Amino acid sequence: MSILIYAESAEGKFKKVAFEIASYAKKVAKSLGTTVTALTINTENVSELAKYGVDKVLKVNNDKLAGFNAKAYADVIKQAAQQENTKLVILSSSTDSIYLSSLVAVNLEAGFASNVVGLPVSTTPFQVKRNAFSNKAFNITEINTDVKVIGLAKNSYGIFENTSTLTEEAFNPSIGDNDFGIKVESVEKTSEKVSIADADIVVSGGRGLKGPENWNLIEDLAAVLGAATACSKPVSDLGWRPHGEHVGQTGKPVATNLYIAIGISGAIQHIAGINASKVKVVINTDPEAPFFKVADYGIVGDAFDVVPRLIEKLKAFKAQNA
Amino acid sequence: MKILVCISHVPDTTSKINFTNADTEFDTNGVQYVINPNDEFGLTRAIWFQEQQGATVTVVNVGGPETEPTLRKALAIGANDAIRINATPTDGFFVAKQLAEVIKSGAYDLVIAGKESLDYNGGMVPGMIAGILGYNFLNSCIDITVDGTNIKAVREIDGGKETISTSLPLIIGGQKGIVEEKDLRIPNMRGIMTARTKSLNVVEPIAVAINTKAVKFEKPAPKSAIKMISPDNLDELINLLHNEAKVI
Repeated sequence: MSILIYAESAEGKFKKVAFEIASYAKKVAKSLGTTVTALTINTENVSELAKYGVDKVLKVNNDKLAGFNAKAYADVIKQAAQQENTKLVILSSSTDSIYLSSLVAVNLEAGFASNVVGLPVSTTPFQVKRNAFSNKAFNITEINTDVKVIGLAKNSYGIFENTSTLTEEAFNPSIGDNDFGIKVESVEKTSEKVSIADADIVVSGGRGLKGPENWNLIEDLAAVLGAATACSKPVSDLGWRPHGEHVGQTGKPVATNLYIAIGISGAIQHIAGINASKVKVVINTDPEAPFFKVADYGIVGDAFDVVPRLIEKLKAFKAQNA
Repeated sequence: MKILVCISHVPDTTSKINFTNADTEFDTNGVQYVINPNDEFGLTRAIWFQEQQGATVTVVNVGGPETEPTLRKALAIGANDAIRINATPTDGFFVAKQLAEVIKSGAYDLVIAGKESLDYNGGMVPGMIAGILGYNFLNSCIDITVDGTNIKAVREIDGGKETISTSLPLIIGGQKGIVEEKDLRIPNMRGIMTARTKSLNVVEPIAVAINTKAVKFEKPAPKSAIKMISPDNLDELINLLHNEAKVI
């Protein structure tokens, strides 16, 4: 009856989303009077999960699963859920987990709600609140099946410590060859230090920066803050920046703690893509730019004047608070 | 190669989102509908396969008669024919089951759906179709080439991309990158005229259990007013971000 989470890792280290879904699952488990079981795949040291309330870990170590494969991983999650007699599977909204979650739902004949924000609105009937209409609204969804799958929206709940006593158990699922119809030939990581998906802070530039040669402003500010860099749609359409950096409704969604928009006017599609971010700062020369209507803090000013001074001040601030 | 492109009929990205009937229904009043952008990128790639590799392209949608103009637009862009499954799309699983039925009976080789629709943002339909049919599935697809039944494709991952190989039949969840914005086509007059006479086949839905249902909608709480900071007082911005917002 335990709640099952899939705790993702990369290069042997848990991703932040693993701790967020663990924290969330613990809270839900308490309200349902049950425990949290985490499934890990090829993660050596799992003890860190105890800090976030996980009671039991099913450890899979299998060379066939060395690289991510949605179908095989979904199959493993299904077998873990069945062994634990799980009624609720909680997954993250990382690119990989979004990829496998609908397969898990079909495998388990489970009703599935994605993009969930906050704790269940009610447990009987089981209702969750989720983002819909590209962050312009919420939708309360009721799941009627015996087994349920939910996908927690990124950075929507937070990470909370809640130390538990962890038991570890080896788990040996059966893995069929027909799970491997998709073969990864090569992986190319972008050189950016922090990815938009993992970043706590994102610094984003728009057409106001006038050209790709000025992107050092965005990169330098991001470097001081340990932030990822992003851009608006026109900037990626003009080829100033790779389209992997385009954030907005048709680009990458951003749900970060701090989003700093520089020289971005704030078209409705851009706002839809970044609106799940908690704190938004806008720097723009045009006081009528729509971004000022949705931001928390605003500066009317020229990026070429403001940003270099902001970088210096932040450096001093960081030195003081180090 | 037979390609099926799944089309969601969604509010235009600039639409104001409101609800009626005690917040249980989306208010369609004054809303313009478009082909879901993620689907339009996939449709455009499908038309490329049609022109360059002799593929046939069918578009399909689950919806009432009011969604037909969106299918006609897809036909005007160049799809060969269209299917409308005559039902209200209640949840992702319902839609996936209907589409899986069409895919099976039509023996499609390549199924292209957007990785997410911009209305309910479920992001689950392509994966569920693959799960139901047991076909190969690639999500977040940003490039695809076909050689016989062999596929090379690229998937966007967090912080990069990966190149994969697979084979038909295949379901993909497409997005921007599978073609670029500049590749999108605006239907011309000839396309619009011929679309009128292309086949748009209406089929009735199969019965599917109701796994989930949307019971209510809410709009976000109005946000508090912006705090404006003078460009000459950047210390104040740092102070607010540190002490008030607690994000640095």
